[in-house]
Order: sequence, then structure tokens, then C-alpha cells
Amino acid sequence: MNKEELIPQIGVVKEIVQETGDVKSFHVVGLDGKPIFKNIPGQCAMVSVPGVGEGMFSITSAPQNPDYNEFSIKKCGHLTSWLHDMEEGQEILVRGPYGNGFPVDTDFRGKDLVFIAGGIGLAPLRSIINYCRANPENYGHLDIIYGSRTKEDLVKRKEIEEEWAKDPHCSVYLTIDREEEGWDGHVGFVPTYASELGLSLDKIIIICGPPIMIHFTLEGLKKQGFKTSQVYTTMEMRMKCGIGKCGRCNIGDKYVCKDGPVFRYDKLDLLPPEF
Amino acid sequence: MIVKVAYSDLNKVLDAISANEKLYLPVDNAAGQAEFKPYTEGVQMSKQLNTLRSAKDFFFPQVQPMVKFRREGKHIDIFDERSESEDYVIFGARACDVRSFDVLDNVFLADPVDTYYENRRKHATIVSLACNRPAETCFCGSFGIDAAKPAGDVQAWIVGDDFCMEPVTEKGQKLIDSIKDVLTEGDQAAVDAQIEKIHEILDRLPLKDVKPVDNRDKELEVFNSPKWAELSSHCLGCGACTFVCPTCQCFDIEDFTGNNHTIERYRCWDSCMYNDFTMMAAGTPRKTQKERFRQRFMHKLVYYPIKNDGMYSCVGCGRCLKKCPIQMNIVKVMKALEEDAE
Repeated sequence: MNKEELIPQIGVVKEIVQETGDVKSFHVVGLDGKPIFKNIPGQCAMVSVPGVGEGMFSITSAPQNPDYNEFSIKKCGHLTSWLHDMEEGQEILVRGPYGNGFPVDTDFRGKDLVFIAGGIGLAPLRSIINYCRANPENYGHLDIIYGSRTKEDLVKRKEIEEEWAKDPHCSVYLTIDREEEGWDGHVGFVPTYASELGLSLDKIIIICGPPIMIHFTLEGLKKQGFKTSQVYTTMEMRMKCGIGKCGRCNIGDKYVCKDGPVFRYDKLDLLPPEF
Repeated sequence: MIVKVAYSDLNKVLDAISANEKLYLPVDNAAGQAEFKPYTEGVQMSKQLNTLRSAKDFFFPQVQPMVKFRREGKHIDIFDERSESEDYVIFGARACDVRSFDVLDNVFLADPVDTYYENRRKHATIVSLACNRPAETCFCGSFGIDAAKPAGDVQAWIVGDDFCMEPVTEKGQKLIDSIKDVLTEGDQAAVDAQIEKIHEILDRLPLKDVKPVDNRDKELEVFNSPKWAELSSHCLGCGACTFVCPTCQCFDIEDFTGNNHTIERYRCWDSCMYNDFTMMAAGTPRKTQKERFRQRFMHKLVYYPIKNDGMYSCVGCGRCLKKCPIQMNIVKVMKALEEDAE
């Protein structure tokens, strides 16, 4: 029999990192100790535990990571609670990678990129940010605007402050929703912060976060003169198969699992607003 | 070339086929409903127009075991127990169901190929049967399907006292060759006359003028039609339409854990009409039955055609017309969209 895409393979959880109160990162390798797959930034994979459940998660590790595939997962349901409770060394099931990923070899080449993320929305962008940092000759300047409810909810804060913020190719703008003891950075919501920065209009915007954040950020960007054809996002829908067959994750005639998850906003505007 | 057997001797054909391959045909069950069953000697083919359930079960069964796991402590074992299907024959499928296989092929055989479906599909030989007496709920003609020429690998007609067959594909020719001892040469003119007779009936069907509108360039417009609210207002969300539909392909994937240590992953039919179909931790984008109802018909009449060169994901079999408890159906939706287009 030919290989069946719906049959997963075994992944070993080599390391678990507590990122925030409700987000953990899982470093996963195959039984041979190597990364299970090489992904395009922005792609996703199905992670499951037999008898518990299966779900689609964005791959947070960059393609060039030689050691493992990483998933940063927020605890919010049955499967994710199980994953949060497991210990290192646990075997899980993985299949993928799935989806189109970001156009890193075409539309993004040579461009200044602005990443705007809220909360766990950083997870799908971390892969592409580190990919672009590793290939600075192919991209312009990277602006990273990232906000969360509190400073404790900032995912990958150590990496952001100690690596991204010190990278000459990056400018990092962190913000939290409300004043907090021990925080001397920016306070305020992401959409307002993004508008205040006066981004030049030739940049490409990549945005990921809660729908309400995306909505207001997009409104702000449009007001400044950005076209929707300059803005990319990565979508999320309930998925079962991941390969465009189970009929679950469509937005209009597009399947998020196969035709997405990355969409350019002008294209998304042509689809029924059902997401 | 047309071959034939006396209709009263049809079981000679069935016996000859089943001597070589597993054979399935529509048989009346205890409740008097036709359903596809494995052939056993002496069983009579149903005389009813069509089976209660569609023929999609052959390739896309209601429940499909996929893979087994064992989980002990931190360790997982995977047992891939897929095996090559045996060759088999589906006998007496109607033109609508035969077309539904093409509709499903576009989904399951698209890259990456679904091996569960492909395995069952490629080992099947399909003998179709023309519809001498199509029903008032039939509208296959709306989708360019000819119930008088039902296609498949072999197409068949009941002509008077004869059962006539014509191989359409190489696979079909092979099947005919393998049973030629029980067949005699048939009369093309008699079959042509039967086809004409069926065409005359098809032309008198009440739904013959129902036509799908090519709305591939009006996705948003159709989506935003005010008609959806009224059309969906009585939908119970029972999913009956989806389950009898030969082209509905949505499925769920779940793990069965009732077998001690072995966990069995299976897929089963699902319905976009159900309220939890798109439920996520943060909620669902299709909050009321209107959105779920709209999704089903947008998929069949707009989204699927966009993805498949204008082919519709409906074959006009009429099963949903008979089964919907509130008498809502795709014909009413098509008529409403036709009004919108005018």
C-alpha cells in the first residue's frame, strides 16, 4: 500500500519549555532523534495523542532548525491540557507539514517586513521571523510589534529580548495592555501602538492574533494608507484531515488547511466573511 | 457491442459474476427498502428505482477503520493494518450514483491521494442500470446526467423481457468476457428504442426544468443573498440530507478507546449541518443553522464548482427530497438562486 497521509508517525517530546502561565513549547523529534520534517515558515502540523485527540498546530520552529520541530501550544481544551500535563520523553503522533506557508521565496524577497502579533499569535510568526533572521541577505528590515495582556503572557520573551532585540536587522516593539509593576516598556493595545509607529508605506505587514486585534490593526493600517494587498495573515479553523478532504475548514471555496493557512488580505476580502 | 440475457435468467449472469468476484447489488430488505447487499445464490435484484442509501458506502463507508495504536506509559505503537482490497463488482447502480463517484474522485483522489478510498475505488467494476421509470423526485438531467445512458464500466438496460448490457470501459469488457458463456448477442436497435423511451419519460418529469446557475464568479453575492434566512428557517439540523447524499463527503476522525489497550482511529461521515461541526475552543464561525444550511448548499452549488471546473456536487438523485422531515431541499435552493440570477 502507498503511504497514507492520514496515518501519523511517532514523535518524541525531547524538551518542554514553560513559556507563560498557559503556553508551553514542545520540542519534538522522530524516533531517529532528528526533526520529523522540514517546514516552510507558516505551515502547520497535526499533533495527536491516541485516545485523547488530534489538533492542528502551527509549527513555531524555523525550517533551518537542525535539532527538532517545535510547537508552542496554549492550554485551552482537552488535547492541549493533556499535552501540558505530559512529561519529557513522551511519545506523541505527528503528521504534516500542511498548508501553503508564507511566500518567503517570492513576495517577501527583498522587502521590509513588519510582524504584528498578539498573545499566542506570536507562535505562527516565530518560524518566519527566525527564518528571515537567518537569511538577512534576502530580506530588508524586520519590525516586530508584539503585545499581550500582561508581561507574563508574552510568549518567547527571553528570545525576543535577548536575541531579536539585539539583532541589527530587527526592531522590537513590545507592549502590554495595562500598567504593571516591573514593566517599564510600552503600555497600550497593539492596534494603537502599530499606528503610532508611523510605519513607512512600502513595508509588508504580517499579522496574527485575536480577531479583534486583527480587525482594529487592519483598520489603522488602511487609514495610514496601506493596501490590503500588502497585508498577510494566517487563519485558523477547525480541522480534521489537514489535506482538503474532510470538508471542515473552508472559508468560501478555500480550505484553510490546504489553500491556507496564509492568506493575503485582498484575497481574503473576496471570500465570504465566515471566520 | 450489446449482449443480453433473458431478464428471467438474470441470476445466471449474477451467478457467473459471483463465481469470480464478490458481487453487490440492490436487494429489498425486510422493511421493503432497497439496499446494496452481497450477492448470494438465488437472491433477486430489487425492482425499485434506487437504493435508500447511496452507493458511496462502497468507497467511502460510513465508518472507516484507519489505523490502530497502543499507548503504554510514554510509548506508542502504530499498527497500519490496511490491506489491498479484493476485486468486486457493483451491479445495478443508477446513473446518478455513477456520476457521484466522479464527484467524490475529485476530492479523494486529488493529491495527496486518500488510499482508503482509492483502494476500494480501483478494485470495483461498476455495472450501471438505466432508469426505465425515473421518479418525480429525479432531476439528474439538471446536471447533464442521462439516466438512459448510465455509464460506469458496463451499462445495462431492461428492454422488454431482456437484460441488455454494453461494456463501456476496458474493465467492463473484461467483465463481459468473463461471463460470455451465459450471454447472447443483443439488439442495438432495441436498446436505442429503449433509450428513446426513457428520454420521453425524462422529458415529462416535474423537475426537468430545474437548472443550476453557474455562480462561480458570484461567490460573495450568492453568500449574501437574503434568501438564505428564509430557506433555512425550518431546518432542524438533523443531517438526514447529508447521510443519504451520494456526494456529501465531510468526515470526522475519532479514536475508539473501548477495546482495552488497543485504540482504533476511524473516520465516519459527518455533517456540516451540525452545530459542533466547526466548533473550536474560541467558538464557531457558523453560529446559527442559517450559516450551516448555507454552507452545505454553497459547497454543492458554488464552492465545489469553483474548485472543479464547473462540476456541481449534486447528481439529482432526489434522496434528500424524500428524506427531509421539513420538505426543504436542494431543488428549492436552486430555484431561489435562479430567481436571484434573473
